[in-house]
Amino acid sequence: MRAWRDSDLWYSFTRSRITVAAASIAGVMILAAFLAPLIAPHNPFDLASLDLLDAHIPPVWSEDGETRFLIGTDDQGRDLLSAILYGARISIGVGIASVLLSLVLGVGLGLVSGYAGGRIDAFIMRVADIQLSFPAILIALLVNGVLRGILPSERQDELAIYVLVLSIGISGWVQYARTVRGSTLVEKNKEYVQAARLIGISPASIMLRHILPNAMGPVLVIATIHLAVAVITEATLSFLGIGVPPTEPSLGTLIRIGNDFLFSGEWWVTIFPGVTLAVLVLSVNLLGDWLRDALNPKLR
Amino acid sequence: MIAFTLRRLVQSLVVILFVALIAFSMFRFVGDPVHQMVGIETTLEEREALRERLGLNDPFHVQFARYIANAARLDFGVSYQHKKPVTEMIGARFPATFELAMVSALLALAVGVPMGVFTGLYRDSLLSKVFMAVSLAGISLPTFLIGILLIFIFSVTLGVMPSFGRGETVDLGGWTTGLLTGSGLQALVMPAVTLGLFQMTLIMRLVRSEMLEVLRTDYIKFARARGLSNRAVHFGHALKNTLVPVITITGLQLGGIIAFAIITETVFQWPGMGLLFLQSIQTVDIPIMAAYLMLIAFLFVAINLAVDLLYYVVDPRLRLDRGAAW
Repeated sequence: MRAWRDSDLWYSFTRSRITVAAASIAGVMILAAFLAPLIAPHNPFDLASLDLLDAHIPPVWSEDGETRFLIGTDDQGRDLLSAILYGARISIGVGIASVLLSLVLGVGLGLVSGYAGGRIDAFIMRVADIQLSFPAILIALLVNGVLRGILPSERQDELAIYVLVLSIGISGWVQYARTVRGSTLVEKNKEYVQAARLIGISPASIMLRHILPNAMGPVLVIATIHLAVAVITEATLSFLGIGVPPTEPSLGTLIRIGNDFLFSGEWWVTIFPGVTLAVLVLSVNLLGDWLRDALNPKLR
Repeated sequence: MIAFTLRRLVQSLVVILFVALIAFSMFRFVGDPVHQMVGIETTLEEREALRERLGLNDPFHVQFARYIANAARLDFGVSYQHKKPVTEMIGARFPATFELAMVSALLALAVGVPMGVFTGLYRDSLLSKVFMAVSLAGISLPTFLIGILLIFIFSVTLGVMPSFGRGETVDLGGWTTGLLTGSGLQALVMPAVTLGLFQMTLIMRLVRSEMLEVLRTDYIKFARARGLSNRAVHFGHALKNTLVPVITITGLQLGGIIAFAIITETVFQWPGMGLLFLQSIQTVDIPIMAAYLMLIAFLFVAINLAVDLLYYVVDPRLRLDRGAAW
């Protein structure tokens, strides 16, 4: 703990007030999202507790508001605050799972590409180049479309979250691969790697236990910024109607539902999940920006 | 130069073929085209006959070659859902997306470059900090949320802007344009702003960092030492040298704009290709998905190629060792 408090990273963290604020906000939001079943006033997934008579109630401070529902209800009588908490849980969960998938895929391919070299390297990097020339959202849309075509239609709703993680995960591996490949190319010619090779350690072990730890810094930065992107992508896909189904809404799905009622003046169903999403993404982005600068030795 | 151009052409062709392989594989492995085309009462023999007639029993590479040949003649088959030729459907919607993309790109440039120059020159001023904060919000706010906010403010609350569609359009020999009517222009404003905002922040940040870099160089110091006015130094010397990367990034982003138009078109119900593509994903209409993928790939490759060649012409330093990169 002491070593942690004395580190450069901690020092630079406490010196930047915006970063501390962003970290606190992101931390509270993520914690609240994961504790949703404990702190949410209602359970929006429990159909028995829903009452359609409670639908379309505005926030508590407007004329028709009720104290039971602090920031109003949606079209099915779900308490919006609870729905946002549960929704953020799904959004963040999908975001983290997709980032992990991209990270494992990208780091694995990057290590192999850099360490093996030759044709394997050329092939992996060409595929990466091609994928990189398309926006990630387009790749995610396509993978999503193809997966939905393969899956039987009756199970699509229950598998929707896995489809989502897979499509966002596949769309994001390239940056990890390129970065790790770059570090691997540098590290593999250093003496400690040559020594490891000399005493007969297997290539897999060299890559994972010797090279990987030295390549993890930039990967952390990419992962943080990627989390913001993944959350946005999830929200976008759900908003477009090909993400999480409305029965277990994520933030994007809630915004989509609210968008249908925007014209009748029911702004709260869209605006509150929208603000939650924007604040979450903004604070994660700020954290990522800080981490990038803090880990960049050129800027010290 | 010729060798470089040839090499890039071959690479582009490989990319297109690779994407075509993916597009074609979607036909092969996602759903059964025969099943999509016939009714329930069609007998097994009729299905088999149709299968034979469509050439679905041929080996993979024969079918792939046929797909490429058809694609080269702009024949992408018939939509499962609408029973119309895909080329015709996409062609009818291309002008809407193209106009939207062009207007947002111009908007992004026209606003982003001056903002970038300003924040680069006066980076400690209050206005610069405001610009930087706004640009961070522009990156953090998802496109669809910006669209919804605009609709909520200008269409629902103030009631001054149309919230969907293209307004009135004029048909110029197969190309429908909304740029010639008042309602068409009005309908274009909010979608173009929504789509252009992200690119605008990107361009602003790019111009800013390039300006900061250039202003530190010796030739700028020398220009100042010669007693040139601030204006001549900033715009004549500094900005000019930042424009090469700006042009490149804007060119490359053009493809991104067309892809992100999918989202904007959905929010504003803009009748373009992106909306068509999204509907085809929802209904798993493979011919449209495949054709759209091919079209986007072609656009991307063409833009990449053009930018690379332009770079090569503009920046002589690249001519020496460029060949080793690929």
